[in-house]
Amino acid sequence: MTYSVRSATVRFGTAVALDDVTVEVPAGSVVAVVGGDGAGKSTLLRALAGEVPLDAGTVETPPKQRLGYLPASSGSWAALTVTQNIDFVAGIYGLAGEELAARRAELLDRASLTHAAGRLASQLSGGMRRKLGFVMAIVHRPALLILDEPTTGIDPVSRIDLWRLVSEAAASGAAVLMSTTYLDEAERAAHLVVLDRGRILVQGSYDQVRAGFAGVVTQAGHPVRAEWSWRRGRVLHEYWPGGDPSTPSSPSAPSSPPAGAAAVAPDLEDIVIALSLARRNAVPS
Amino acid sequence: MTAVLLRASHVTRRFGAFTAVDDVSMQVQPGEVAGLLGANGAGKTTLIRMLLGLIAVTSGRVDLLGGPPDRERRRRLGYVPQGLGLYGDLTVRENLSFSARAYGAAEPALPPALTGYAGVLVRELPLGAQRQVAFLAALAHSPEVLVLDEPTSGVDALARAALWDTIRAQAERGTGVLVTTHYMQEAQQCDRLLLMSDGRLVAAGSEADIIGSTTAVAVRTADWAQAFAALNAAGAPVMLAGRAIRVANADPAELAGVLRAAGVEASLQPVPATIEERMLMLARGSGAR
Repeated sequence: MTYSVRSATVRFGTAVALDDVTVEVPAGSVVAVVGGDGAGKSTLLRALAGEVPLDAGTVETPPKQRLGYLPASSGSWAALTVTQNIDFVAGIYGLAGEELAARRAELLDRASLTHAAGRLASQLSGGMRRKLGFVMAIVHRPALLILDEPTTGIDPVSRIDLWRLVSEAAASGAAVLMSTTYLDEAERAAHLVVLDRGRILVQGSYDQVRAGFAGVVTQAGHPVRAEWSWRRGRVLHEYWPGGDPSTPSSPSAPSSPPAGAAAVAPDLEDIVIALSLARRNAVPS
Repeated sequence: MTAVLLRASHVTRRFGAFTAVDDVSMQVQPGEVAGLLGANGAGKTTLIRMLLGLIAVTSGRVDLLGGPPDRERRRRLGYVPQGLGLYGDLTVRENLSFSARAYGAAEPALPPALTGYAGVLVRELPLGAQRQVAFLAALAHSPEVLVLDEPTSGVDALARAALWDTIRAQAERGTGVLVTTHYMQEAQQCDRLLLMSDGRLVAAGSEADIIGSTTAVAVRTADWAQAFAALNAAGAPVMLAGRAIRVANADPAELAGVLRAAGVEASLQPVPATIEERMLMLARGSGAR
């Protein structure tokens, strides 16, 4: 089973939050959506979750009761305990009695939250609260799991816990769509979608994205063209789109690197920045 | 000349019976970017608040610019807290003018990316632009020490690179920078890393120093879902990297046994651990020295 949004456009007033976006989420795999604040990640996830109507396009999802959604904001009730939060949501899906007790114990154990079962959600750390939100989103074994930035602002240790939970959900057959601002995290997903200002810059497996990347990234202490360069640690990286015929080349703005420039193997961070720059430099904003 | 800009010597801070920071010694020198890493609750923010003189130490000693962190020395410091410390109900221009006056500095000029926002209320700006304003406010008085608490959380790759450009430019003119982050790719951009766990400084040095001889096992298999399920059920700290499976700090022979018992064919290869995996081990106590 594959769930999807196709040719989806969403407008808020005159702002285009999502512009002709198609994303497929197959069962048993993790699809990661990356992009910064305002890229359209939440809108894409909410569109698939049926929380925001499309102006154009279609959405294919399982019935509501087979869908799990963790919104970007908390996702739990501050004045309820961890156990009460889980039981409340489980009750909505008709989970009760021994079946619920067993499922709750299993999930608390997986999320390393057993010791905090009686604690109020308001008294959990940020990482623990996100894990609780995740547990609540998955308690009914959804076929499609939608997670809006489950790991933003979460420490690396809790993040590994969360990734294990996400991987486990996919391994047991769920289709998972999650958003993140961390590119190293997105490299772990089977399929990644890079959003920028409502449009897809690139999507595919990490290997496909790398293989499909045209042009050259060089490294130097000083850039040749400041508007095509960015900081990586102590050095600057610079993008030369040469090879892509749609990018004009001129003596004042060459699209190929000078002879002797040190080329680097671009990682996902480089690729995303290079493609963002290509879009910005092509369309003056 | 001040050789060390920020120094903690055997610093401890207790809140009642709870020890938030336990006998930590560290320093930040001019021109370096030191990255402070650790889980939530590891004591990073408490340590920063003591270094800045915002809370007192229970024992030990803190030096900011060669002496106690008093008001005079704090004028020479730039700080961007996690919550950015801006006034949402004031415009960009008003925020900058307020903080410049508080530090007795000239009001900074707006960079091209922000000129259109001068009269806009800060709370109406996109997050990336808010972060740029907070940086401008913290840098207007040319601080000698810069302390940044998760400066790039939630911004896109391009905006993150721009903020790092600013951080590096500061270090190059001699400022000492202390930065916390949860983003490991960003940690790799620091000159030196300080790793905290449960209130203690458990490791310091380069990424390679911190990872040391710690290894993980990469599991390659056609049937990742089954391999993952089998290893997970056996209680191994298993992680998914694309379709490859990683297990931190594991014995390959033991994993091979688990996979064989589950009828999964796989090849196992020891690989260097990542900083994240090293942190996970330190937090779980298995990596204690």
